[in-house]
Amino acid sequence: MSLGPFINEAVSPWMKNEGPEADIVISSRIRLARNLQDVTYPLLADKEQLEKIVGKVEDKFAGHSHRRFGQLELLKMNDLKANDKRVLVEKHLISPNLATDSKAGAVLLSEDESLSVMVNEEDHLRIQCLLSGFQLDEGLKYANDMDDWMEEKLDFAFDEKRGYLTTCPTNVGTGLRSSVMMHLPALVLTKNLNRILPAINQLGLVVRGIYGEGSEALGNLFQVSNQTTLGKSEKDIVEDLRNVVTQLIQQERAARKTLLEQSQNKLEDRIYRSYGILAYSRRMESKEAMQRLSDVRLGIDMGLIKNVNGKILNELMILTQPGFLQQYAGEKLNSEQRDERRAAVIRERFNLETNG
Amino acid sequence: MLCQECQERPASLHFTKIINGEKTEIHVCETCAKDKGDQFQGSNNFSIHQLLSGLLDAGQSLSASQSQPYKKTQPDLKCPSCGMEYKQFAKVGRLGCADCYRTFNQKLEPVFKRIHGGNSVHSGKIPKRKGKDLHVHREIENLKEKMKKLIEQEEFEKAAETRDRIRSLEESLNNKGGA
Repeated sequence: MSLGPFINEAVSPWMKNEGPEADIVISSRIRLARNLQDVTYPLLADKEQLEKIVGKVEDKFAGHSHRRFGQLELLKMNDLKANDKRVLVEKHLISPNLATDSKAGAVLLSEDESLSVMVNEEDHLRIQCLLSGFQLDEGLKYANDMDDWMEEKLDFAFDEKRGYLTTCPTNVGTGLRSSVMMHLPALVLTKNLNRILPAINQLGLVVRGIYGEGSEALGNLFQVSNQTTLGKSEKDIVEDLRNVVTQLIQQERAARKTLLEQSQNKLEDRIYRSYGILAYSRRMESKEAMQRLSDVRLGIDMGLIKNVNGKILNELMILTQPGFLQQYAGEKLNSEQRDERRAAVIRERFNLETNG
Repeated sequence: MLCQECQERPASLHFTKIINGEKTEIHVCETCAKDKGDQFQGSNNFSIHQLLSGLLDAGQSLSASQSQPYKKTQPDLKCPSCGMEYKQFAKVGRLGCADCYRTFNQKLEPVFKRIHGGNSVHSGKIPKRKGKDLHVHREIENLKEKMKKLIEQEEFEKAAETRDRIRSLEESLNNKGGA
């Protein structure tokens, strides 16, 4: 398959629409953790009990059409090849844990892949809604819709005092994790981010790299999410996150302006060097790729590079991950081969831009 | 900001203690916090998390421990539904089933407060089907709160309206219970 159509299939439909504040906010995610009443949680349940849950979900929701999400499809982890699971992880549709650790994991997917429900991850159900740009309210609305629909047909473990009873006490109450993926290169370049992060932590929010806890911030991408799930309403949790993200957006914009005013030539040099390396190199490690892509993306968003589409970072960020590279190659690749492939895919993608 | 203890490393832990209205701020780095842990709290072998949680709910846990003596919760608690032991939970940090919440209730209370900024009571969504009555309870609570405010503001007419609304909601609950 040539690259154009492959990208079309690889990139989730929800990602193709540009959301609000797309120059800084890549995506918004809402996750609700739910468990079934009177069934042991996945941590202690045996395979048979877990398969029963998958069966229930398949029965009541797979193939059924929902007014908002369309037809839902159920994929069982045990039926999938290792690389297919990896691709689902790289698209952020399932977690690495579901792919490798669940005894009987499954995922329910909407047609546009904006909605996924993981079955038998840490909790029986994890409803997740992913939208492009800064759309937390919409995400919460969709996730709530799915939650309501599922609750019509399933009995959830709920307690008046403690709320939704989750496997981990860090999720109890609302079971809500709302998070926003942000591209903050100017705050990193001006070293302002380190000043801001401790303040954010004090507000009950967490900032992480894109691959979750403890991960390094590759490509200047940061995930900001709430830590508190109990004692606040869903709306307040999302509102608190939105306020902080709004401020981060303003700070990032201000930092970009400062960079432009004080060191435009230096900035342009950095951006075009990265552009040149991406467009011509023959080997590329993933870490370097992310950094260079971040530079180019900054150049595009600041209007310094004009003939390249801003979606390029989002697309290549996904396409240059190991699972996708292997899927595109149609075979298993070692890390040397991947570096070569990665450079080739990036070059090809840049060519698509310049040729129209 | 530099650590106020060593004046070398940046302060990464910030505590605000308010005791009897008197506010004390402490800014330290991780290393010094570990060293000074006992000094802050007045007991030995305190980890950062314990230190933090100790400061977060110092007031509440004091009164909670007075009303509910600690000897009630023995370390060998075991959930009758799934067999999860408290020791096991403390190790993996995850619970085995919904009933664990009831079994370990007393022990979990401070854990919730520690994790969720001092909160231990849910105030978010209630499932529509399962929580029909809960919805009414929640609304009554909200109305009572509103009535209090109205009385404070001397809006007695509106307060009376709210009171009637509360009554009719309470009646609807009672009728359903009796039927």
